[in-house]
Amino acid sequence: MNPSDERRRPKRVSTEGPMSEAVGASSPPVAVLDVSHLPSFGYGHRSLMWWSTLGLMLIEGTAFAIGVMMYFYLRSLAQVWPLNAPPPDLLWGTANTIVLLASMVPNQLAKRAAERGDRRGACLWIWVCLAFAVVFLVLRGFEFAALNVKWYANAYGSVVWLLLGLHTTHIITDTVDTAVLGVLLITGPFEGKRLVDVSENALYWYFVVLSWVPIFAVIYLAPRLQL
Amino acid sequence: MSGRPESAHERGHLLDGPAMSPAVRDALARTWSDPPGVMGWVAAINHKTISRRFITATFAFFLLAGALALVMRLQLAEPASHLVGPDLYDQLFTMHGTTMMFLFAVPVMQAVATFIVPLMIGARSVAFPRLNAYAYWIFLFGGLTLYVAFALGWGPAAGWFAYTPLSGPDYSPGKGVDIWAQMITFTELSSLLEAVVLITTIFKLRAPGMSLNRMPLFVWTTLVTQFMVLFAMPSVMLGSTALILDRLVGTHFYNPAKGGDVLLWQHLFWFFGHPEVYLIFIPPLGFISSIIPTFSRRPVFGYPAMVLAVIATAFLAFGLWVHHMFATVVPELGKSFFTAASLMIAIPTGIQIFCWLATLWSGRLNFRTPLLFVLAFFFILVLGGLTGVMLGSVPLDLQVHDTYFVVAHLHYVVIGGAVFPLFGAFYYWFPLFTGRMLDETLGRWNFWLFFIGFNVAFFPMHLLGLHGMPRRVWTYPPEMGWGPLNMMATLGAWMIAASVLVFLLNVLETYRRGTARPDRDPWGAGTLEWSVPLPPPPHNFDALPVVYGRDPLWEPVGQPSCVAGLAADSREVLTTTVLDAQLDTRPLFPSPSIWPFVSAIATTVLFIGSVFTPWAVVWGAFPVAAALIGWFWPSRHENRRAVELEQRP
Amino acid sequence: MRNLFRLDEYFARSMCHRGGGPTNASPVSRSGRARGARTSNAASRCTGTPARVWPLAFYSAWVAVLTAGSLPQAAGAASAPLQSVLSPAGIQATRIAHLWNLTLIVCSGVFAAVLLVLLVAIVRNRRSDHRTTPDLSSLAQPEGNTRRMVVAATLLSSVLLFGLLFADVLTDHALSTLPVANALTIEVTGHQWWWEARYPSGRNGDADHFTVANELHIPVGRPVIVRLRTTDVIHTFWVPNLHGKRDMIPGRDATIEFRADKAGTYRGQCAEFCGFEHALMAFYVVAESPAAYDAWAAHQRGAATLSAGALLQRGQQVFTSGTCASCHTVRGTSATGTLGPDLTHLMSRQTIAAGTLPNTTGNLAGWIVDAPRLKPGTTMPPNRLAPADLQALLAWLGTLR
Ligand code: HEA
Ligand code: HEA
Ligand code: HEC
Ligand code: CUA
Ligand SMILES: [Cu+2]
Repeated sequence: MNPSDERRRPKRVSTEGPMSEAVGASSPPVAVLDVSHLPSFGYGHRSLMWWSTLGLMLIEGTAFAIGVMMYFYLRSLAQVWPLNAPPPDLLWGTANTIVLLASMVPNQLAKRAAERGDRRGACLWIWVCLAFAVVFLVLRGFEFAALNVKWYANAYGSVVWLLLGLHTTHIITDTVDTAVLGVLLITGPFEGKRLVDVSENALYWYFVVLSWVPIFAVIYLAPRLQL
Repeated sequence: MSGRPESAHERGHLLDGPAMSPAVRDALARTWSDPPGVMGWVAAINHKTISRRFITATFAFFLLAGALALVMRLQLAEPASHLVGPDLYDQLFTMHGTTMMFLFAVPVMQAVATFIVPLMIGARSVAFPRLNAYAYWIFLFGGLTLYVAFALGWGPAAGWFAYTPLSGPDYSPGKGVDIWAQMITFTELSSLLEAVVLITTIFKLRAPGMSLNRMPLFVWTTLVTQFMVLFAMPSVMLGSTALILDRLVGTHFYNPAKGGDVLLWQHLFWFFGHPEVYLIFIPPLGFISSIIPTFSRRPVFGYPAMVLAVIATAFLAFGLWVHHMFATVVPELGKSFFTAASLMIAIPTGIQIFCWLATLWSGRLNFRTPLLFVLAFFFILVLGGLTGVMLGSVPLDLQVHDTYFVVAHLHYVVIGGAVFPLFGAFYYWFPLFTGRMLDETLGRWNFWLFFIGFNVAFFPMHLLGLHGMPRRVWTYPPEMGWGPLNMMATLGAWMIAASVLVFLLNVLETYRRGTARPDRDPWGAGTLEWSVPLPPPPHNFDALPVVYGRDPLWEPVGQPSCVAGLAADSREVLTTTVLDAQLDTRPLFPSPSIWPFVSAIATTVLFIGSVFTPWAVVWGAFPVAAALIGWFWPSRHENRRAVELEQRP
Repeated sequence: MRNLFRLDEYFARSMCHRGGGPTNASPVSRSGRARGARTSNAASRCTGTPARVWPLAFYSAWVAVLTAGSLPQAAGAASAPLQSVLSPAGIQATRIAHLWNLTLIVCSGVFAAVLLVLLVAIVRNRRSDHRTTPDLSSLAQPEGNTRRMVVAATLLSSVLLFGLLFADVLTDHALSTLPVANALTIEVTGHQWWWEARYPSGRNGDADHFTVANELHIPVGRPVIVRLRTTDVIHTFWVPNLHGKRDMIPGRDATIEFRADKAGTYRGQCAEFCGFEHALMAFYVVAESPAAYDAWAAHQRGAATLSAGALLQRGQQVFTSGTCASCHTVRGTSATGTLGPDLTHLMSRQTIAAGTLPNTTGNLAGWIVDAPRLKPGTTMPPNRLAPADLQALLAWLGTLR
């Protein structure tokens, strides 16, 4: 079954030229590798979607990391930090962090249900996740207001708005994503692959949640810490 | 190995395999071809169709940027010339550099890869064919936006690296820089998506048996490059977003008066910009590693060393960016580190060069045009790499930074390291792209005019730089004595233009005469892309091959020799495991669709709108979301097919 | 690679019976015979004919021309000493020039070696075509000899690169430790697109400093520290005969230290692209004996000497009551503008408008009437003056020695 076991010592090929005909349809007695029994989808790294999600996470993780580096770079040049502004209020940010972290529970349940092949369970938990996302987005509005600085005030304001804005964009796109998937799970048309989508969606949701933790620390805690 | 409960045959599906009937083969071709008509043209997603368009578009941008360079060269041919004023000249070099780097050199490598990689690894398609189409449209619209703006007199004029504060709101009024920055967003988005497509393709769609250590070197270089894209591009996207925000909504990222910093831009740009030059350089290393073995009739020497060298280059590339900033106020100690890194990167490049030399040394050479272009690489790139080593030295760079010495270096490496191998690749893979051979005699004219013209054009620039000629000057006074060398450079540039014309003529003639249509591999090559009929059918392979070595067409074939059992009347593909390429799953790919095109239009409206008002981001998001949902939503028909073929893990 | 030592033999062989040599033939001899039967496909044109020779000749000729072309430069025989890296006139530039020579030699050696191996490989190898059986022997038995050569070349490259790195770091260190006791400090500010230089106060305190534009004078043999500033975008201060360059970055302080060891006039030019007239943003550094420098500084420190005469007074009036005074300073008059160059000793400069034009009355007239025509983009506006006013103005400017 594993073709790499069959490697032989190479021998000279005929001078006729390339061996393309060997792969063609002509010679009857070739043994074939029958793949008709293979599953039509798989979870985790067996799925193509998993790889694209991973790629997206790498890209966006890099973007977040660079955003954070911009923050500390600007900070390293400043005499005082934050520049002419009190640090952001902790209330909404903390509340939001709790909501986000809590959303990991339904998220994990949706993922498990999907991987069990349980369409109804996946659908249920995805909608619970969505409810969390909506709460979260509302809280995010208050968070922007509580930053205590405007983006046009100074470079500090610019960079915290950038960080928060970047993360919010991800939450919004992931929310829309999840919503579409949620609707699709209810209305159909349904096929098994959808469950893989639910599982990858959960993976991405984890990423959005977990990347928030360092960003939270940078926006809310770093200004309070005198390094 | 449990069989499926009810085979696809029993459900009335045609299956592929080596001994299939013509009817099955027709079904395969029909399944994988793009629909007819105008709508079909817009909906096309076959990787070869998209790639051909993509290559053509990037090449058109190359011609445009080259034409701009010719105007620059005319202006500089003589001192105190007034052919074009500073206003236009500044736009010319900005457009030239930007186009060459963002709209030609980086994307053309991805465009070629989306054609060749599936064929090289024994796949019927790239992963995510619709995303691939979307990435192409985004690229095209981004490039067109830039040129429409240029034609309307809104060309950017701050240089291809648009240093702040010159590119900021105070010193570049008008929309030129905004459009430039948005063009970056377009092309980076496209590149990033292509990277995801290619990485997934390479990891999951390889033919059974093509373990990682049997992948052709071109596939390796593509893989490594795409990973670099993932880590390099976000930096410039963030940087250019911050630039647009500074310009449009009054943020202060780059404004020192408000706590910002102008060097922040340089760091962000070069943290991307240096790896970018290797995005341009590494895929051609793969071209070379494909061409040299074929034309010296032996496998490449030192495959493992080559792979490791490419990976090492990719890692080191992220530690060099400050060598573009030696004249700024970066701390001394840091500079020595970047010097060391810049010199160190010569070692992996050197290893590859030595391995190729070894291959050529013990091979038997078939002197065709592709090989000529590759041999020129050794002359030009090595010279350019050596001037790179000079630039890597802080003291030397302090003298020649921002002079024509750098212009000479960059053209030697970029043209020697990328354009020459690329032309070699065009000649080499042209039969695969189009089913026709380019003419050998015209090929030789193309080559020699290019090689000689290139050196005539760019060698004098080293001397000009040493004689103190700064770059980006629209004119220079006669008493500087730079006239004759500049005239020589201009003549050389026109010689290159003649050579490019010969190439265009060659392509045209090939089509007009329509002879020279090999029906299979004209080169006697060893890699899988040459096992298919020419031009390749829509589905690439009648039966997917099983791979037993690095040069499957040269080495003896084992048993089983090919795959059977994929649906012929649906877009079923085979995925294999990442490391060993063992059988994994049998997913169904999406069919052609106009949604990628529609989504790209919606995205374009958003991006261009945001140059004029930040609110465009808000109202423009709705059509984008709608289009993406339309894209994602499965049709009843497709869904029925999927359910029929479905087999849970 | 001992074959390298038998170059002549290989050349000879490849010229007469390319492709069918008796040595090394074992693994591939079959296609050597196959060649005879070849028909006239495209490949046949590319193998085994004398046509092969001229490309090679070209190749070698290019190597020769290019290497030869760059060597005299290294020796300092440059043709444009006014502004050249290769004719150093100060210790810093000399150090860099030495490093340049060393690097050029090493790199030329590497270049020549690579090309030599390539040429020999091309010349000595037999030809093939697309039907030649690929030589797969390397899959069966490792190519030990070749591998040793590749490893050796890699090691040698590493050693050379370490050598270069060492030289770079040493030079860099030397550059940054120029002794600057008793240095002359000048503050140079870049403007779009001209240079302003503030010289330090003399013995009488701060009031004694003076400002000049586009032409610096420095004493030979005494180190100079230039403090670099900018009021708008990034410019780069660069006088290649004296030292490398250094950026003038908004919001950042930087200095550059150098010393002129040979008297002379050296041209400098802005190196960072700074917009429209980046090309016409040059300046001169006049290195002269300490005595001459002191005399120049003393003169520049003084205010303008205003002579009597109706024409000249009319000229001064045009200047001070017109728009000129809002941008230019002439010390000793009521003109104190700071947007443009200080004109107190305008006539002591060799050029006007940052090296754009020689400082002649004709050019001055043209400049004043329509500066943007001579230097498109400049912030100095055109001035529509009555001919008599212009004459008077020019006459008066002519007295600003
Ligand atoms: C394909 C693109 C490409 C490639 C491959 C390279 C390769 C290299 N580049 Fe280049 N570079 C550019 C594209 C590229 N560059 C561009 C576009 C710019 C200008 C941007 C702008 O300002 O507009 C630039 C600018 C640039 C600078 C900044 C100059 C300045 O603005 O002042 C520097 C400085 O260190 C540099 C260094 C190098 C080095 C050390 C390499 C090395 O990778 C070279 C390594 C290769 C070799 C050395 C040859 C082969 C090796 C051997 C045969 C081994 C033995 C060698 C020795 C013992 C020496 N490059
Ligand atoms: C891939 C990268 C690439 C390539 C291939 C080239 C190719 C060329 N470049 Fe480019 N160049 C850059 C990347 C590249 N350049 C970059 C990054 C810069 C820095 C920009 C900056 O400072 O911001 C630069 C800067 C630059 C300068 C310096 C400008 C300045 O500092 O003032 C010059 C000057 O001579 C120049 C010349 C040329 C020439 C003559 C070619 C030739 O090789 C071009 C050959 C191609 C042609 C001649 C096309 C032929 C076209 C036809 C035959 C017909 C046309 C038909 C239609 C349009 C329908 N380039
Ligand atoms: C709006 C400001 C402005 C006004 C008004 C103005 N100038 Fe200027 N002037 C400049 C600037 C800026 C420069 C430097 C231009 C450059 O080199 O690019 C300059 C340069 C010059 C120079 C060349 C100085 C040198 O050392 O190179 C002369 C002479 C001169 N101006 C004379 C005049 C006269 C006479 C008038 C009035 C009739 C005048 N200027 C009005 C701004 C002004
Ligand atoms: Cu100032 Cu260029
Ligand atoms: Cu670089």
